[in-house]
Amino acid sequence: MSIPEIADNYTGSVNRVTLGATKENGGTRTSTITVGGARNVVYGGGDDQASEKPVIAIDVLDSEPGDWPELLAEPYKDVLDNPAEWAKKCIEEFGADLICLKFDGIHPDKGDKDGDHAAKVTKDVLKAVGVPLVLWGCGNDEKDNQVMPKVSGAAKGENCLLGTITEDNYKSLTAIALADNHFLISEAPIDINIAKQVNILASDMGFPLERIVTFQSTGALGYGIEYAYSIQERQRMAALTGDKMMAMPAICDVGYEAWRAKEAKLVDAPGWGDAADRGPMWEAATAICLLQAGVDIIRMRHPRAVKTVKNFINQVWS
Amino acid sequence: MILIGERINGMFTNVKEAIAAKDKKVIQELAKKQTDAGAAYLDVNVGTAAADQEDAMKWLVESIQETCSTPLSLDSQKPNVIAAGLSVINAENGCILNSTPLNKKSDDEVMDKYMDMASNAGPKAGIIALTMDKNGVPQDVDTRVAIAAEIVSKAMEKGFGTERLFIDPIILPVKVPDAQVQPGNILAAMDQIRLLAEPAPKMTIGLSNLSQGTTERSLINRIFLAMGISRGLDSAIVDVLDTDLMNVVATAEMLMNKQIYSDSFLKVYSKTN
Repeated sequence: MSIPEIADNYTGSVNRVTLGATKENGGTRTSTITVGGARNVVYGGGDDQASEKPVIAIDVLDSEPGDWPELLAEPYKDVLDNPAEWAKKCIEEFGADLICLKFDGIHPDKGDKDGDHAAKVTKDVLKAVGVPLVLWGCGNDEKDNQVMPKVSGAAKGENCLLGTITEDNYKSLTAIALADNHFLISEAPIDINIAKQVNILASDMGFPLERIVTFQSTGALGYGIEYAYSIQERQRMAALTGDKMMAMPAICDVGYEAWRAKEAKLVDAPGWGDAADRGPMWEAATAICLLQAGVDIIRMRHPRAVKTVKNFINQVWS
Repeated sequence: MILIGERINGMFTNVKEAIAAKDKKVIQELAKKQTDAGAAYLDVNVGTAAADQEDAMKWLVESIQETCSTPLSLDSQKPNVIAAGLSVINAENGCILNSTPLNKKSDDEVMDKYMDMASNAGPKAGIIALTMDKNGVPQDVDTRVAIAAEIVSKAMEKGFGTERLFIDPIILPVKVPDAQVQPGNILAAMDQIRLLAEPAPKMTIGLSNLSQGTTERSLINRIFLAMGISRGLDSAIVDVLDTDLMNVVATAEMLMNKQIYSDSFLKVYSKTN
């Protein structure tokens, strides 16, 4: 893998995206979040070329998760069955910049809940917190196409970040995001060529490129992070050298990926150090690595990992 | 690839007639079509037929800018015609003064004039300098490089940033007797000229000249453009309305890893560059 040549100045820049609509803009959010805008790589160029401060979206699930490791579930134990309270806790106690409402519970294998449920959860969370929301489907194309339009409608006009569209399934979500004035997440399976193609497909439907955030898929520390890092870096270099089809801010899913690693969740592992530290450290290390590749929005889960990563962000983007 | 659209040129009959009749619509349509096709700059050349070249240049610039904000490349060998264009130009997004030799028998300071005019036009204004001097167009690689070296040192002396400097090694029609060695010489000269400064001057060519009088103009232009791109050519003055040519640019840039491949790579090239 070659190391890209870093220049003092670039001709291109990453799009700036402002999520959330306040009352003046027809929404009910009490604050907005702006990400993107980088005109150089992280640490590259002067301060005026740096991106907006990256932000952390803490995951809130629409239904109580059945498979979270005890260490991860513990900080949320009182609220895991109540998305609105859960979201509130993330903002008030754990310092989330925004909430990623993840609709695992609509998946046919994980509860198969319907659109009415999802729309209600969306409204409850919108009422409970004032920050912008990320609204993320379950990954089952058929079910997402049924349910996510209702989620989108429930948050109409709130300028949420809606996801995800893929090369094989982009039409209905793109149309609905356009109608309800949301932003879109375009997803590709660690494949830069497909990533570009998905953006082109959405653009061909009339969706503005400036309203897209890319998701290249994420690999955790020890589980393919080098691929995720390289692809984020490649996307960023393309943006900086003027490729408008790749000039979007990027989002990563660190929380879910880090806590799939046995190193994060295995309690009975003598010699691996205290399990209570290991999981949050695994998650924080993954996030910090990807932040250095230029990722703008990080989805996270454990409050201690969030705290560590926020501390890092505040030091680098001061 | 910085593509300069060549079609607003008094050498073309429709442009010549539009200049004579002051028919803005023809010019504005050409500006839009070339911009939509992916031109980063629009070349503006009054041709030789205009009665008053300064007046024609002003009229062209004003007519284009009424409906189009694409930066312009003011194309004339006469500093007074360039100055006329500059007097009405909006150079906020840049412009190019096209072009000047290192010096002429009749005017030893001609390049100074172009550089001064560009400096006054704003920080994004560049010039195209030809590897040609009072002795004419060199045929060999070494003289081209030597003249380019003098161009670069003059730019440095005058504090004119080399990133604003386009060097044109002058492509001659391949059909001219004994000129078949020239395309190869141009590529070899480019390799050396690029090393003359940091940041490197940009290499550009007036592509269509290569195929003058040949039977396979479009094919010859396309192939040489691909060869140039493979050797790091930064820019070219071309017919951006030639779809086959634009597909070659998109493909060559993709193959050189300048553009990320996507299944729609041909379709998006002109839209996004």
